[in-house]
Amino acid sequence: MTQTKRGPAHEPITQPRLGLVGWLRWMWRQLTSMRTALMLLMLLAVAAVPGSIWPQRSVDPPRVNEFIRNNPTLGEWLDRFGFFDVYSSPWFAAIYLLLMVSLIGCIIPRAGVHWRAMRALPPRAPRNLTRLEAHATTELSADPEVVLAATRAVLSRRRLRIRRPEEGREREVASEGGYLKETGNLVFHISLLAVIVSVAVGHLWGWRAEVILPEGETFTSQAGRYDTLQTGPWVDEGSIDPFSLRIDRLDVEFETDAGGAQFGAPRLFEATATTTAEPGAPEQERVFGVNNPLHFGGTSVYLLGNGYATVTSVTDGEGTSLGTFTTPFLPQDDNYASTGAIKIPAADPQLGFYGVFLPTLRFADAGPVSDFPGLVDPALLLGVYEGTLFPGGRPQSVYTLDTAQMEQLVTEEDELSRLLLRPGDTMELPGDRGTIVFEDVIRWGGLVVRHDPGRIPVLISSIVLLGGLITMLTVKRRRVFVRVTRPGEGGGGPGERHTGLTIAGLAKGSDPNLQDYLDRIVEDIETAVATKDTA
Amino acid sequence: MTNQTLAQASDIAVWASMVLLTVAMLAFAGHLAVTGTRARSRSTDAQATADSAVGSAEQSGSVAVLTPPEVEPAPSRRWGVIGLQVTWLATFALIAGIALRGLSVSRAPLGNMYEFAVAAAMFTLVVYSAWALRKDRLWLGLFVTLPVLLILGAAKLSWYTEASQLMPSLNSIWLVIHVSVATLSVALCVIGCALALLYLAKDRAEHKGEVPGWLAALPSSPSLERITYGIHIVAFPLWTFTLIAGAIWAEQAWGRYWGWDPKEVWTFVIWVVYAAYLHARATSGWHPRKATWLAVAGAGCILINYTIVNTFFVGWHSYSGI
Ligand code: HEM
Repeated sequence: MTQTKRGPAHEPITQPRLGLVGWLRWMWRQLTSMRTALMLLMLLAVAAVPGSIWPQRSVDPPRVNEFIRNNPTLGEWLDRFGFFDVYSSPWFAAIYLLLMVSLIGCIIPRAGVHWRAMRALPPRAPRNLTRLEAHATTELSADPEVVLAATRAVLSRRRLRIRRPEEGREREVASEGGYLKETGNLVFHISLLAVIVSVAVGHLWGWRAEVILPEGETFTSQAGRYDTLQTGPWVDEGSIDPFSLRIDRLDVEFETDAGGAQFGAPRLFEATATTTAEPGAPEQERVFGVNNPLHFGGTSVYLLGNGYATVTSVTDGEGTSLGTFTTPFLPQDDNYASTGAIKIPAADPQLGFYGVFLPTLRFADAGPVSDFPGLVDPALLLGVYEGTLFPGGRPQSVYTLDTAQMEQLVTEEDELSRLLLRPGDTMELPGDRGTIVFEDVIRWGGLVVRHDPGRIPVLISSIVLLGGLITMLTVKRRRVFVRVTRPGEGGGGPGERHTGLTIAGLAKGSDPNLQDYLDRIVEDIETAVATKDTA
Repeated sequence: MTNQTLAQASDIAVWASMVLLTVAMLAFAGHLAVTGTRARSRSTDAQATADSAVGSAEQSGSVAVLTPPEVEPAPSRRWGVIGLQVTWLATFALIAGIALRGLSVSRAPLGNMYEFAVAAAMFTLVVYSAWALRKDRLWLGLFVTLPVLLILGAAKLSWYTEASQLMPSLNSIWLVIHVSVATLSVALCVIGCALALLYLAKDRAEHKGEVPGWLAALPSSPSLERITYGIHIVAFPLWTFTLIAGAIWAEQAWGRYWGWDPKEVWTFVIWVVYAAYLHARATSGWHPRKATWLAVAGAGCILINYTIVNTFFVGWHSYSGI
């Protein structure tokens, strides 16, 4: 116990002077106190919330840009304070780094204390056992030595550690158990650190890439072949697993039974693929899909998106083929109204088509829309452009047309040329520029490829964490003291039950079942004594 | 394909459960009225008497036998027992409703907000019913049936979704593992929140020195506080498991175990708030009263996660079905 001494009132309060070391030590003690840990935890919870309110660059960059465009002033201020990158912002990092330091500062001394506690003997029984909150007394019809032996046997059967008997204290037993609680607590807090370290490993050495792959095309994994590639700071792009993959067939189904918002919701989404683990390796046929990724060593392939690609072929005015084009269209709504661009660099001047693909065409008042995501009445609506497809050679999206140096063609009636094609249709381009044939609709799969070396360590540390947590919350740290009184001593008459027994318990933390526990020990002792008697 | 007859039967079972719950709730309210006035009239001399009597009963009396303060007969528990029996019926009806819904669509009925809410309500009732079998929890009945009725009412009125098949991202064994444990731990937190509020109410009344009848029928404030803690230390590991299982599933379905999606953020926030509650309780210098407010805050976060995040925040977890 520490006692606070108060000086007489008139004495001036003298503050001890803290040197630099003193201050550092004071700060360290503050940081590693339970109170600070609590504050930091609450701060962490509060700090995580803005990331769910405002769009995040790490999750959906276009939505961030849109938000800033719609709310210029607010957006600028939010951006300045990192509210669009909450989980990589300095203030969020400050909180969890302080929490980590606090955690380390907490774990190390506690581990030392626990190590010593596990090797120390339980303390002696206090003088007056009935002063303890949980206690019980009874009388037994056996000699004190028999009762004591039974008590020891019962306590050790309950895995309590018993203090060695001492001179003058032969008739009391002091015991302690539940050291596993503290072990669980340490394991839990250490695994918390391990989880954070593993996440960091995955961040530093992990990468994530995306590619859109139409049915029938073969993709070989290389840094340059992906549509997007995000690498951690310490990733060597040469180490990317060189597997290859061809989607032979994509099976997609949509809800047709239920009405309301459920109508048209996706129901099945699965790819049959031919893969090779590395160049020259044997081909394998594998099925994968949502919730069922493909694995190539430490790299996994996920099927996350899908859509339609059109197959069109174009001829010029003389009827010479300018090529057959497989063009993915990007879905814009739940019914897969999709936009895309068909680019014909071989035409002279160059030709470009831009428009929408509608799997189930319907003419609404506002214009053509798609009514259902499946292919009920597929149609392609295109505008035709002529000019330079790649002005200045700048990189551009394959899904849009850069019309800076292009002009939309007009028909003989001086209207903008619009084409409506259904699969199998052929249409003349205005001004004898040739024809376009809509040959087929196929599907494409949007693949996400991920390599995360922290994945398995995170999993293992989380499972250990859960184990530590359950242990620390279920095991109770308890001290149990028993004192036996000789016949007559405790005021017991010369009756049958003449040996008095007092049991008391102390628990660390809240332990509503302590009294129950003591009562059960008493019952066990009574049974043990009784069986010994009859034996 | 969806079997509409079974789907309709499921709806009827849920309505029936709600009717039964209303009856149970009224009976439990009657129970509190009867035992509360008795508890008060018995302790005209001091509030302490009522407290210690109920309180030490809660602590499951030591070997030294309790002597009742007066020889007056214990207040009638008839209303409470009726309430409990009707609650059991309501529980069975709700289980039947969920089973029929699952049969009607041949999958685990955990695929949209309506189904999550009904499952959470069912687990709340199951936990309470099972608990009341082992311990005297008649005084808690009103505070369990009331929130369950509110949950079911919201589910029926605002989140109702026709029985139908799942979207592919939900079609996984992890749906069953992750969502059933999540709804179970939400159920425990609902009961935990009710207990926390009861403790706070009783604690405040005791400080003011004026304990109204219905509060007098409850266990003493220290034992209410202990029961509150006890239910949260079951809920917290379950929520931790929910978090881990969700991450495993996200890894399989989306190729990353953690992406700070709004739903993930809130699962994390809830976890941290309850961790803070457990910490606060172990921190010397923090009165249990202050700590308990954190448990209430945790339940508030669950509510936000469930209503606002599910319906208004854009993210990967767009499963509300509405
Ligand atoms: C990083 C986030 C942390 C989380 C999620 C966390 C979580 C927990 C949980 C759930 C408990 C169980 C409380 C109970 O037995 O009811 C606990 C106990 C404990 N934590 Fe933490 N903790 C964190 C950080 C820390 C830090 C930084 C410290 C040190 C300052 C710390 C020190 C302790 C101590 C001493 C206990 C034992 C309390 C007792 O046995 O009564 N924790 N922690």
